[in-house]
Amino acid sequence: MNGNAAAAVRERYRKLEADAAARIKAIYNGPVIRVGTATCGIAAGALPVKEAFARVVEEKGLPAKIIDVGCMGHCYAEPLVIISKPGFPSLCYGYLDEDLAARLVDDFLINDDPCYEFALVALEPNDVFPTFSDFPRGVYEQKIVLEHCGFIDPGDIDHYIARGGYGALAAALGKAPAGVLDTVKESHLRGRGGAGFPAGLKWEAAVKAGPGEKYVICNADEGDPGAFMDRGILESCPHQVIEGMLLCAYAVGAERGYFYIRAEYPLAVERVRRALEQAREKGLLGGAILGSGFNCELEIFQGSGAFVCGEATALVRSMEGKMGIPATRPPRLAQSGYRGRPTVLNNVKTFAYVPPIFNRGVEWFKSIGTDDNPGTAVFSLVGKVAHTGLVEVPMGTTLRQLIFEVGEGPANGKAFKAAQIGGPSGGCLPEAALDIPIDFDSLQEAGAIMGSGGLVVLDEDDCMVAIARYFLEFTQQESCGKCTFCRLGTKHMLDILTRITEGCGEPGDLEILEELAEDVRDGSLCNLGATAPNPVLTTLRYFRDEYEAHIFEKRCPALMCKELIVYYIEPQKCSKLCNVCVGSCPTEAIYTRDDGLKAIDQEKCVKCDNCLKTCPPDYNAVIKLSPPGLLTEKEGKKA
Amino acid sequence: MSKPATIFIDGRKIDAFEGEKLLWVALRNGIYIPNLCAIRGKEHPSGSCRLCYVQVEGCSEPVTSCTLSVTDSLSVQTRSPQVDRLVKSAFELLLSHHRLGCRDCAKRKSCELLKIAKERGLKMKLTRLALLDQEAEVDDSAETFVFDRSRCVLCGRCVWICREVIKVGALGFSRRGIKRVVTTFQDVSLAQSGCIECGLCVEACPSGALYFKEGKKPAAAGQCSCRGG
Ligand SMILES: Cc1cc2nc3c(=O)[nH]c(=O)nc-3n(C[C@H](O)[C@H](O)[C@H](O)COP(=O)(O)O)c2cc1C
Ligand code: SF4
Ligand code: SF4
Ligand code: SF4
Ligand code: SF4
Ligand code: FES
Ligand code: FES
Repeated sequence: MNGNAAAAVRERYRKLEADAAARIKAIYNGPVIRVGTATCGIAAGALPVKEAFARVVEEKGLPAKIIDVGCMGHCYAEPLVIISKPGFPSLCYGYLDEDLAARLVDDFLINDDPCYEFALVALEPNDVFPTFSDFPRGVYEQKIVLEHCGFIDPGDIDHYIARGGYGALAAALGKAPAGVLDTVKESHLRGRGGAGFPAGLKWEAAVKAGPGEKYVICNADEGDPGAFMDRGILESCPHQVIEGMLLCAYAVGAERGYFYIRAEYPLAVERVRRALEQAREKGLLGGAILGSGFNCELEIFQGSGAFVCGEATALVRSMEGKMGIPATRPPRLAQSGYRGRPTVLNNVKTFAYVPPIFNRGVEWFKSIGTDDNPGTAVFSLVGKVAHTGLVEVPMGTTLRQLIFEVGEGPANGKAFKAAQIGGPSGGCLPEAALDIPIDFDSLQEAGAIMGSGGLVVLDEDDCMVAIARYFLEFTQQESCGKCTFCRLGTKHMLDILTRITEGCGEPGDLEILEELAEDVRDGSLCNLGATAPNPVLTTLRYFRDEYEAHIFEKRCPALMCKELIVYYIEPQKCSKLCNVCVGSCPTEAIYTRDDGLKAIDQEKCVKCDNCLKTCPPDYNAVIKLSPPGLLTEKEGKKA
Repeated sequence: MSKPATIFIDGRKIDAFEGEKLLWVALRNGIYIPNLCAIRGKEHPSGSCRLCYVQVEGCSEPVTSCTLSVTDSLSVQTRSPQVDRLVKSAFELLLSHHRLGCRDCAKRKSCELLKIAKERGLKMKLTRLALLDQEAEVDDSAETFVFDRSRCVLCGRCVWICREVIKVGALGFSRRGIKRVVTTFQDVSLAQSGCIECGLCVEACPSGALYFKEGKKPAAAGQCSCRGG
């Protein structure tokens, strides 16, 4: 593109940006209520909260505007709202309900009392209320892909543009595609879909595949149970991903691209669809983008939902209308992908990093994280952790910092046991491994994987054998069945694990299990099979004593495996005045002894845990015993 | 025409062409590598049986020879402790989902499972694994042959022949995971399917899953083109 044309593109963008900025500024001239209505917020009840705000604002005839935003990452405190009122810092409130909504309108919007007692955090620096950086989480978090998530309206492109969105694209269109490719290569950006393959090299391979039709595909299949980063990003800031895909398309010479989104993500599909429409209206998508010679169309393809369809070759086959089953490589997709043409497939997050890299420069990006792993890592932090949510920390942050500082440690004062990291085929790391830095290579060395970025915190009540079995059951069921090791190997592994958790483990089982796990890892065709044994291999490595207790003592140390525990009411703790447990038992297994205390008829007990849950904290009389043989000892004493 | 290449298999110098898959070069030169799912002429190897592992010089992990493209001076060993371990394991896995009973099996003279066991000194019984349950029923509705799924190893040869060679497409893969099977469209019996009883799939089947009924074997043995070399 010659100088004049480049200047024209820049000029056109500047106009877009100025208009958007003016519009958004006008919105914020009055009070604005931003309601987090991503899937997580909606699940927590954001929609009635939003309606309550709308109702009260209307009743009182206030000029306040109500805006949908995405996920801010603090999912534990949903529903969340941000209230901005001129003269005050923008304040974020959590755990909203309809009453609190009405109260905030009355007290804050009408009477200038910001109700600090309900506020979680202020967005801008100020002298009255703490901001994110005043909390431990804010110190560790650094947001690149989540930067705008939860703060802007994903349904209104001007919010993104007003923050400089599509500026990277406008600047790139003034350069040769090769220059764009070079920037991504120099940034050492690694793909965030699991394996950490350098994005620049992948793009370069597609360039080198020669001229002709090419495709760019965004992998938003996200089939891991418990992972919701990609969904969160698409629901909260779809334009950043679109811009990243357009930059990629420009760099590799593709004129068509697809969002492969799982059909179970209707809101993400809807928000991306709307974002694409708006981008098209603004001349940011379609023919002659921003008046340049670059044409590119992006479309949505809704995936069938099988976990294995997230695997690159299976994904492409499923887009072609075939069964979503992995194929042998070579050829790589970059040589022969969708419809046999060179195809770049990247994860949602990978694309989302691209615009910030262009805006702030390669050096800035490389200054975050570690040498081999620049940038940040995004996790969905779930399980037995106080603060669940979407978090983004620089690569190299330790797992300990992530779990104990950002997530504020295990919930309910329980003792930490393990972090299961990387999705269903990730590994379980013990306390002793928490000081390793989070990056693709260190995690792999420890036997885990970065994977999709699911991080499940496990505590003392979690049995590691049962956990390994749980994850393996998922991958075994999701195996496509094509290759021998994965189809049959995972089945045998699951059978052995099931036997162990049921108390039927035998000496020699662990050796067979370990051998099989290694063979499935080394022999499988695709990465589903190759990574499926991770939970088993890591628990065997770090928690072997738990397996041995199950096999040799028929004891479940975490008191989780039903076949290996019995419920018991401790007479010295049980109270004659109480009989809560009796009614909670579905099988009428609890009876009153001659002395008025309660006891359990083991023949009838189905181990549903109800009595233990209902026994009042004052007594805590119901306990679990493992191995079940302990019961004789206890009952002997009682007599 | 591709460029000639000189390669080494187990130290033996062999002439081949660049881009050829190593498995076929080895077989052509009388060097046996266990394999079930490789199909000559199929452009994109399915790589599903995981039996054809070899050790490439300079590469720490074994690779499947049916997907390994020949390059000049490539050097491979057909055996190594790692290769042997994977092959043994894959083989036992297949046997754990196979109704063994060679003595009465119609294919015992040509069975490739038996051949692999013989070539590699593997046992025809389970040593560490339990036999998995199978719900497979036997389809003897066709006039000339029987389909016994409990002996199917999912190599895909029959599917390929039926679909790509005689273009009937009566057989295909269906279902996922441990339930994956070769079956007809909508699981109808072979007699109700589009099967024309050419018998080529029966010839191609490496195991006792497809076999001719007593006295129904065609006089001129089928022209199975899936194997060759
Ligand atoms: C079973 C399986 C499931 C996968 N699921 C996903 C997924 O949901 N999203 C994703 O981006 N990558 C997934 N991958 C990884 C993709 O194959 C591919 O490596 C990735 O999309 C490439 O993008 P990246 O280079 O940006 O990481 C999966 C891989 C396997 C083996
Ligand atoms: S490893 Fe599993 S999912 Fe992958 S091709 Fe083999 S059977 Fe299918
Ligand atoms: S565990 Fe359930 S079934 Fe057993 S005694 Fe308690 S309530 Fe009854
Ligand atoms: S609820 Fe607890 S304290 Fe009350 S009777 Fe049952 S076991 Fe005893
Ligand atoms: S197919 Fe082969 S291994 Fe199976 S029973 Fe027949 S002869 Fe034995
Ligand atoms: S012959 Fe190579 S994997 Fe089956
Ligand atoms: S795989 Fe069953 S007949 Fe070939």
